Amino acid sequence: MPSLNMVKALNLALNEGLREDEDVVIMGEDVGQDEGVFRVTENLLKKYGRDRVIDTPLAEGAIVGTAVGMALYGMKPVCEMQFSGFAYQAYHQIEGHMSRYRNRTRGRYNMPIVVRMPFGGGIRAIEHHSESREALYAHNPGLKMVVCSTPRNARALLLESIRHPDPVIFFEPKAVYRAFKEEVPDEPETMPIGKAQVVREGSDITLISYGAMMRPTLEAAADLTDDDGVSVEVLDLLTVSPLDTETLTKSVAKTGRAVVIHEGPRTCGVGAEVVARIVETCFYHLEAPVRRITGYDVHFPYFAREQAFLPGADRITHAARETLAC
Amino acid sequence: MARKKITVDHKLEYLAILDEHGKIDDGLDPKLDDNTLLEMHRLMLTTRLLDDRLLAMQRQGKIGTYAPIRGQEAVQIATAMTLTPDDWMLQSFREPGVCYYRGWPIHTIMQFWGGYEEGCTVPEGINDTPICVPVASQFPHVTGVAWAMKIKGKETVALGYIGDGATSEGDFHEALTFAGVYDVPAVFVIVNNQWAISHPREMQTRAATLAQKAGGYGIDGIQVDGNDPLAIYVATTEAVAKARAGGGPTLIEAVTYRLIMHTTADDPKKYRDEADVKVWEKRDPLIRFDQYLRDKGLLDDERDAAMRDEIKKIIKEGVTQYEANRDVDPRDCFKYLYEDVPEELKQQAAEFDAALQREGVTIGH
Ligand SMILES: Cc1ncc(C[n+]2csc(CCOP(=O)(O)OP(=O)(O)O)c2C)c(N)n1
Ligand SMILES: [Mg+2]
Repeated sequence: MPSLNMVKALNLALNEGLREDEDVVIMGEDVGQDEGVFRVTENLLKKYGRDRVIDTPLAEGAIVGTAVGMALYGMKPVCEMQFSGFAYQAYHQIEGHMSRYRNRTRGRYNMPIVVRMPFGGGIRAIEHHSESREALYAHNPGLKMVVCSTPRNARALLLESIRHPDPVIFFEPKAVYRAFKEEVPDEPETMPIGKAQVVREGSDITLISYGAMMRPTLEAAADLTDDDGVSVEVLDLLTVSPLDTETLTKSVAKTGRAVVIHEGPRTCGVGAEVVARIVETCFYHLEAPVRRITGYDVHFPYFAREQAFLPGADRITHAARETLAC
Repeated sequence: MARKKITVDHKLEYLAILDEHGKIDDGLDPKLDDNTLLEMHRLMLTTRLLDDRLLAMQRQGKIGTYAPIRGQEAVQIATAMTLTPDDWMLQSFREPGVCYYRGWPIHTIMQFWGGYEEGCTVPEGINDTPICVPVASQFPHVTGVAWAMKIKGKETVALGYIGDGATSEGDFHEALTFAGVYDVPAVFVIVNNQWAISHPREMQTRAATLAQKAGGYGIDGIQVDGNDPLAIYVATTEAVAKARAGGGPTLIEAVTYRLIMHTTADDPKKYRDEADVKVWEKRDPLIRFDQYLRDKGLLDDERDAAMRDEIKKIIKEGVTQYEANRDVDPRDCFKYLYEDVPEELKQQAAEFDAALQREGVTIGH
């Protein structure tokens, strides 16, 4: 098992997707010769050629729009948006067509498209390079909204997304891209879309997060155990739509306490949906109000202010302690 | 019934006046006075030295990722010099020279790349827009500002900049469509530096020139040597005068070259041949203009050195100002979002403040 960072792990999944199915093509800005601005598509042009790893002109609307056309004809494009902040230029294609074609044609045309995009803050980037807008896609019927958090699940979920018959928006937490390595199996491995993962078992409180926020969340869990002797369960949602209500319910019914953590804005964020599910399914098990630690409802600040802005382990432990005190 | 060639009445021209050796075409010489020529030179040199300084600051960790402009000084300065303060300038993200000329303080320019919203502070007295990161998205604003000028009966113009790659975006097309239909007083400048990160200009569109796209919108287009400040100055002066007089929009394609990396996060060796870069290094606008001024007797080593010293002093002062203002309050990310701040947001601001106090954070930089 090689130990890979997330960039290499994603590259592995793309390589496997291209290798196993000749209908799979990769398209995006600077994904070929330059091998992606984060190098996620390294070596793929050399290996698969210009018909399968396609450097496109600078037009996100046309990248997704032509991918829709290719999918209509039976191909399986994997599109890269260079940053999630530039996917709005493609949003009319994502919402208006990619998410609707199957439904509109009563199942005749499916859209086996993956739209990958790096998202989130923490890398000292300029404006429009740091946002977390997963809620936008989770709110959009017809899409699956996946967020990886470690090299191993990045590979497994991306490969699954490429094989998936319906459109997947695939968010890659760029703060994690090169942050750490993890053992990734040699043989193609997948994980199901729509399943959350219990990454730490506990009985007193459930911390729920995804993406780059998994790291401060796990750090907070360790602090709470070490410093306060609390038994903390941690869930990684992995797919924010469709949400895995079953795993959520099981955990919170057991602990009776929960904090949801994400970088994106609070109002109508993924946390709001998680809390709604918990209230719907575990109301009588709750010992305390469910808390949200999130980005605030403001535009993500330029990077001089970003470290102060981003939720960290301190904010999570603080909320958890208040929850535990109820 | 008929089958014949269609003739269209919009213009499509090419203009070059000063060649790469600094030799001027006498018939096309705009005969600018000596002071204007020297000012043009000083501003291009300032742009070059400011760019070098920003690159150095990136390497020193004083600012973040930076998008350098080496080789593109002529198009910045020679277009900006045709505008009055009442005109509007809508930038892309690679126009520090334009900003400097328009009166943006150097430390403000640095602040953007240093990760401070303060870098978007539009100076009093001019009507410009700050750096726009999503490419081409500023172009509909150019049309909109110009359209409003027309509606309000003003004799001003709006001038916007865009890259060659960005001309593939829908916003470019839609902005020019509206500009043509409403015949607005706008000047659209394409800075064709021949690269969009790793993507070469020929792969951006099958069209032989970007200027010819103007025809599709029924407006005039002109391609200029983008390393020739005189050609750019003449073309832009004419486009601005036409717009001011109610003659409608113009698309200018300035053919230049990005002599170094796309941004400091980029490695051009991955996608382009250094030999091509060498060819374009010889066409550097500063080299030819320097030669031209020397041949005219306007510049010598002594004057050049004095000018550089003066410019370096100005830039140094900007750096000092930048360094003196690096401590900022993270709390003010709530400050400017709304005029009428919702109660919920005030509560979140208080929550943020409490968190920062617990965490002992007072400043950000
Ligand atoms: C809508 C959008 N998509 C992608 C990007 C990422 N990006 C930044 S600059 C750039 C290339 C721009 O090329 P060009 O328009 O030629 O301008 P240049 O960088 O050469 O000045 C890209 C793809 C962006 N900023 N905005
Ligand atoms: Mg360019």
